[in-house]
Formats: sequence, structure tokens, C-alpha cells
Amino acid sequence: MAKARTWIESHPHGIHVKPADVWIDPSRPVERAAVTHGHADHARSGHGSVYATPETLAIMALRYGVDAEASHNAAFPYGEGFERGGVKFSFHPAGHVLGSAQILMEYAGERIVVTGDYKRRADPTCARFEVVPCDIFVTEATFGLPVFRHPPTSDEIAKLIGAVRAEPGRSVLVGAYALGKAQRVIAELRGAGWDAPIYIHGALEKMCRLYAVHGVDLGELRLVSETDKAEMAGQIVLAPPSALNDRWSRRLPDPVTAMASGWMRVRQRARQRMVELPLVISDHADWDELTATIAEVNPRETWITHGSEDGLLRWCELHQRKARALHLVGRDLEEEA
Amino acid sequence: MKRFAALIDRLIYTRSRNSKLALIVDYLKHTPDPDRGWAIAALTESLDFPAVKAGTVRALLATRVDEELFRLSRHFVGDTAETAALLWPEKPLPFRGGVGVGHVDGAQPVEPPPAATREQSSQVSLPSPKGEGGLSVSEAVDALASATRSDAPAVVAALLDRLDADGRYALLKLALGGMRVGVSARLAKQAFAQAFGVPVDDVEELWHAIPPPYAPLFAWGEGRAERPDLADVAFFRPFMLAHPLEDATVDLADYAAEWKWDGIRVQIVHGGGETRIYSRGGEEISGAFPELVTAFDQDAVIDGELLVRGDAQGGEAASFNALQQRLGRKTVSKKMLADYPAFVRVYDLLAAGGDDLRGLPWTARRRRLEAFVPRLAASHFDLSQVIDATDFDDLAERRAGARDAAIEGVMLKRRDAPYVAGRRAGLWYKWKRDPLTADCVMMYAQRGNGRRASFYSDYTFGCWSEQGELLPVGKAYSGFTDEELNWLDKFVRDNTLNRFGPVREVEKSLVLEVAFDSIHASKRHKSGLAMRFPRVSRIRRDKPAEEADRIATLLAMAT
Repeated sequence: MAKARTWIESHPHGIHVKPADVWIDPSRPVERAAVTHGHADHARSGHGSVYATPETLAIMALRYGVDAEASHNAAFPYGEGFERGGVKFSFHPAGHVLGSAQILMEYAGERIVVTGDYKRRADPTCARFEVVPCDIFVTEATFGLPVFRHPPTSDEIAKLIGAVRAEPGRSVLVGAYALGKAQRVIAELRGAGWDAPIYIHGALEKMCRLYAVHGVDLGELRLVSETDKAEMAGQIVLAPPSALNDRWSRRLPDPVTAMASGWMRVRQRARQRMVELPLVISDHADWDELTATIAEVNPRETWITHGSEDGLLRWCELHQRKARALHLVGRDLEEEA
Repeated sequence: MKRFAALIDRLIYTRSRNSKLALIVDYLKHTPDPDRGWAIAALTESLDFPAVKAGTVRALLATRVDEELFRLSRHFVGDTAETAALLWPEKPLPFRGGVGVGHVDGAQPVEPPPAATREQSSQVSLPSPKGEGGLSVSEAVDALASATRSDAPAVVAALLDRLDADGRYALLKLALGGMRVGVSARLAKQAFAQAFGVPVDDVEELWHAIPPPYAPLFAWGEGRAERPDLADVAFFRPFMLAHPLEDATVDLADYAAEWKWDGIRVQIVHGGGETRIYSRGGEEISGAFPELVTAFDQDAVIDGELLVRGDAQGGEAASFNALQQRLGRKTVSKKMLADYPAFVRVYDLLAAGGDDLRGLPWTARRRRLEAFVPRLAASHFDLSQVIDATDFDDLAERRAGARDAAIEGVMLKRRDAPYVAGRRAGLWYKWKRDPLTADCVMMYAQRGNGRRASFYSDYTFGCWSEQGELLPVGKAYSGFTDEELNWLDKFVRDNTLNRFGPVREVEKSLVLEVAFDSIHASKRHKSGLAMRFPRVSRIRRDKPAEEADRIATLLAMAT
């Protein structure tokens, strides 16, 4: 069996798979990039070739102008992949957002999985995380502290619906990241029986349409910019977090400010954002999911990429698991958690 | 505990005072005794459990959670109670939300019932008191109150084990204090009055006479019992307040004039063998001024201004700035007592020898007061003098000439008026000194709260140092019209240089004329100055920033 550290290397701007000369989620342009998912801290423009799932490639085309049809890029459905320089790459569901994948690499009898971002609980907008047995498990740690325990999503959605019904003269404005979180909140609302049109900020429109094209039914969406103020009373409005307290929000009828994010677990964080209705809805694994996943995958070594590495490292130490932190840079999309 | 926890959570995220009031009203109406009494006492920081301190909780956590993980978490969260509430290990559950430990792939989890049908999670109504089950607030209070230093950790642990994360947060805040949900004693009393349709003045009086959980108060509020009898209790009487005089004049034959001193209005009450000091909002502040409690040895109730003596003033009243050193303390050191000696300038006598004097006209009360004050220790109490102005113009002249550091203006009191709670038209007027003004340059702006959440409405402004550097001298968020706010907001957005989280640094080009009541030297600020009540009085679009005032000019106005 090969020694992983001889064929895979961690750099501040990404993970380099040496025999294949492929970078995973590089934060600067490279010749060949394998990309786990479409968020800006993992997917960038300017690479020579991009290898990703079809959905991720479509998202990169929409957001960063990557040419999904170009012959130098390649799309691989879940379970499939490619071989290069003796390394076998394959993509497996990560449950984070539409198209998100863990990347499995097999080389000289050794298996390494890079998770990108992931979560374990159900999400109507993307395929569910699959446990992929491996020797080295490279995990994220956004919520790698035991204070982060996300409550059931259905409770948070019920809270949101309760807030709208309680004050029919007001709208509830939910700050939700434009890729993933917004569509998930909409889909969860539909699942909970919210049939009314949902009003969206223009910045969410294209991504919602892309989700619909990929079979995620979001029901009727209307643009805030094309709607009378009065019509949105007693309704749910979604916008990117940056629009929450901005001038844009003045076109809504007396909005209650809500925010859907795992960070909302901590009261001071929610207060800092001037949020009146914190919704703990996250696309990242919480502490219990992170630690249970490591236990379940049961790798020989755990490498931790970004987030609260110290907390997860400490847990590994307490459970006699070999672990190290990789200290990647540029992985700090707080808004997206 | 569920309802209490939900109430706290809602209060944390609710910024408008009226919405906070509505939440508390709803809670008081629909929660049984004694829970609601304990809850309201906790909100107003009126509970203390000597055996349970932050150290108790930290030590307890160390037995359940790895110390390093606690330290990392505490660092991230920034609050011991919240960290402990989130970290406390719950009984091992399968993953909520469907991910089972040991679940491999493929198996679909069982989802909870559709969210919209689950009424108990609704955002506005607090959980129903029925079927609350579990731990009640009063059970928790009883357990905490009877805990000893040695069994406190076990007591707290047993309580935490019975609660969810929000409940644990509520319990730990209840036990440790520091609730910080923006509920003053005044707001709590207003909520009580509103919940039960009783006069807030009555609530003010009764509140401090009855200890938590206030059962007789609720019984009276709900019409189940007579108004509690307050003989022999050091209870609070609501203050009589003044309207601003604006542009009116009064006849000094009808009104007596006194200086308005710039300290804090207090009421000192002796009754039932104890002395208590209350602030204007009815909060008890006896602990911060033990020397006054000891010195006040008469069976009486006085209304006066609490001030401190300053060396610079030759032992006379110092500025509000000096008094601030003594405020907000639960206990006070010997050095504090020596450096900032407090005294009360007495305005009025509300009760003496068991007689309520509030129904008497001011002239009669004043005669009693003048005879009464000499019976108090002169070191700690003196009489507020009536200004012997010949007429209104003479008074105006004296007001304009007053340069005393601690004089804020003039009070005008109708000579035939009784002492009545609150602000009544025509009885008392305050006539503040004309504000000072300075031309300052806007430096930073921050968004406001509530209705103003989308507007940059809080401005930090500065003046020029000798070195030609702009140094911040204060912060203002009032004084402008809605129309001016629109203009200021646009100015900030169009002239942003830098963003620091919620704060924007702007082009140093806009001059604001800032009005303030007084200005003091302050070591806490780089400019060495602190303004009292700064507000924007005019936007000086016409004035170049270089011509704004210099720090030295402001220092010359300092008292």
C-alpha cells in the first residue's frame, strides 16, 4: 500500500494529487481541477480543465462562466469518474447542495475521500450523503465545536410558518445563501404544505431556475421587484443575507428579519446580524454528524480542512484517532453555512 | 420552564419596546403563580442565588465535557451560560432529523409530521401552559434557593438534565443573572399594569413593597384580593416629573424656581426599620450608596438629586461625569467612597413620621422640608435652594449666567400643586440651559434598529486635533427629521470609504452641527472629551470640513 502523504499533498490553496497532477477545489487557477461543489470557496473560474458532477458544472457555468460543454471539461454522475496518472477518481453524494460530491481517489491500494462540504440529514434538493469507506478521510469542520447541534429542520420551518401566520400584516424576510440554502428553504416550505407563491430577490432567480431544470420542484416563485408591496403582506420573501438590512428591504411591508444558517444557534451571532427570527437551518454537518461520520467511515487517518479544526482535532485525540489539520486558505464563506 | 425559555428567547431578538411589552403582558396573563412572579423577578435581575455562581457552572461542566472543548466553545460563543447550555450532554438520542448512528446508506429516515401542523412551535404564541410538563420555574427557583455551596453543582446538574438547550439557557441565566434582554423594572411594571388593567402608579408603589414571586400583587391585579397594605414597608413612590418649558413663560408668583441639578434623581425611603434608595425608574440602588443608607436615619421619604463632591469644585457638586464612577455598582470599594463622596440635594418631602405629605401643596411641603433637612447629617444631605428671582426675566438672566458644573437648568414648580405621579400639564416645568454646540465632521456611520434597520442613522463625528488629525468626540443618533435622515443615509452610502462589519467609514467631508448639554474631560476617549446628550442640530452642507471646530475649542467648554 502506498503512503498517502507521498502522493497527495495539502497546500494552502488546495489539495494536490501528484501522480495525476489534479487539484481538488483549488482557490487559484490550475491546469486541472476536480471540484466538489459550486460554492465560491470551492469552485473558481480560470482552470484549464474542470472535473465535477453535471449539476456542479452547470452551476459553475451559471456563476463563473465556465463552459460546461467544452471538451476539456468533464461531467461525472454520482458513482462514476475517471482515471489519470494511475489515480482513479470518482464522485459520491455529499448531501450539501445540488450536485455536491465527495471525491474518492484510489491509488496503489490506498483510498482517500475528500468530502468538500457535507451534511447527513435529509435535504429535498440534493442526493443524500453516502458513506464511502476509505483509509484517509478528509473532512470539513465548519461546525466542529460541540455547541453546534442543529435542531430538526421541520421545527425551524414550523417556526417560520408560525411567524408569518402570527402577523398577517407583515412579511417575513428570510436571508438565505443564493446557492443551496435558498432552494432548500423553499423546498422544505413546500414539503410542509406552504403552497402560496414565495417571493424572491432577483439574485436568487437564476439559481432557482437551474434547480428546477434539474428536477427540484420549488412551486410558484415571484420576483419582489415585480410585485406590489401590499401583496407581500403575510407572505414569505427570500433574499441573500447581504440584502437583509439593506435599502432593498424597504420595498417589503414591515418585514420580520429572519436568517437561515447554522450560526443562528449562537444567540449573540444572531443578534449581531440584527435578526429577529433566527432559523437554525444548515447545509453543513453539525457536531454530532461530524463525529458520527468519522466513527462510521472509520478511516485510518482523518484530515480536517476548514472550520473549527481545533475542536474536531481534540475529539479525534480523545477518541484515539489519528488526525491533522490542513489549514487551507480562503474557506470562509460564513454567509453560506 | 418551556414558556419562560420561549419568552427569554423572544425578548432577546425583539428590539422594539412595544413588542417586548406585548410579550411580557401575554406571559403574565397566561402563566400561573408562582412561576410568573419568579420569571418577572428574574427578568428584572431581582433574584440572587448566593450558592450558584459562574464558577459553579464552569466546574460542573468540567465534570461532563472535555475541558479543552469547553474552552474552545466558550471562546467562540463568548458567554458561559450559553456555552454551558449548548454543550450540556443530552441523554444519548439517535440523530434528530433522521441520521441514525450506524445508518449506512439508502435507508430513509422517518421524518417528523408536517411542520405546519405542529402548533406548539409557532413563533409568536408562547408554548401552551397546559401540558408543559417537566420542570417549572418555581421548582427551579426552590432548588436553586435551597442549594448550599457544596451541593450546588449536583442541584444544577439535576435541573439541567431535565431541560432542552433553550431551557438550559433560561435556567442558567435565571441562576447566574446577566439576563440582558432589555427589560427594566419600569417595563415590567408597565406590563403588569397593562396585563391586568390596573394603574401603573399603583403597581410602582406596590412592586417594591412585596418580595418575589409577588403573589399578593397578582391576586390584587386579577381582582381576587384587596390592594396589599403597605404600612411599615420601605416602598417606592412614583416620581413627579416635569414637562419642558419650551417657549412659554410663567409668573413666579405661581411658580417657585429651583436649580435643576445634573445628577440622578433619587428617592430615599425609610420604613419598616430599613432604608432604601430608588432611582427614577424604581430600581433599588441602595447597594451602590451604602454611606447614604447609613446616614439617612429619619422615618421619612425624600425626593432629591444624588450628586458627588469634586475637589475641582471645592467640595461642591461635581459634574455628571464624576458621578458616573459610582453608578451601576452592586458593591462599592472604600476607595470609591473616598474619591467620589456622594450626597443628596433634597428637593421634596413626601412622607414624615408615618404621614403621607404628597397631597399637600408645594408651599406646605416646602415648609416641612426646610424644617426637616437640618435633622439630617449635613455631610450627606443639603437643601435645594429656591432661586429668589424677582421676575421671569431676572430668572432667565440667572439661568443664562449659571456656570456651575452640576447645574443643568431650572425647575419651575407650581406653588399650589400636590405631589402627583408622572408628568401633569402645568404643574412642573424643566427649563434646561441652552445646549452648547460644536461643528463636527462625520467620520463613521452605523445602521439603526427596528424601523431604522435599513438606514445609516447612528453617526460618529470628530473634531480637529492640533496636529490636524480628526479625532472622534461623540456619537449621535437623533435630532434630525425623517427627511434629513433620508439625506444622511444617502450621503453615507454615496461616500463610503471602508466597511467594518456593520460600520461604514465615510469621506470626511460633511459638517454636522452637534448640540450637547455639557462636555467633560474623559480619559476613555482618544480626544480626551466626552459629550453628554449629543444630537445633530443642523446639517451644515455649506461648511467645508476644514472649518469644523478644533478639540481645543471644545476643551474650553468643558466643565
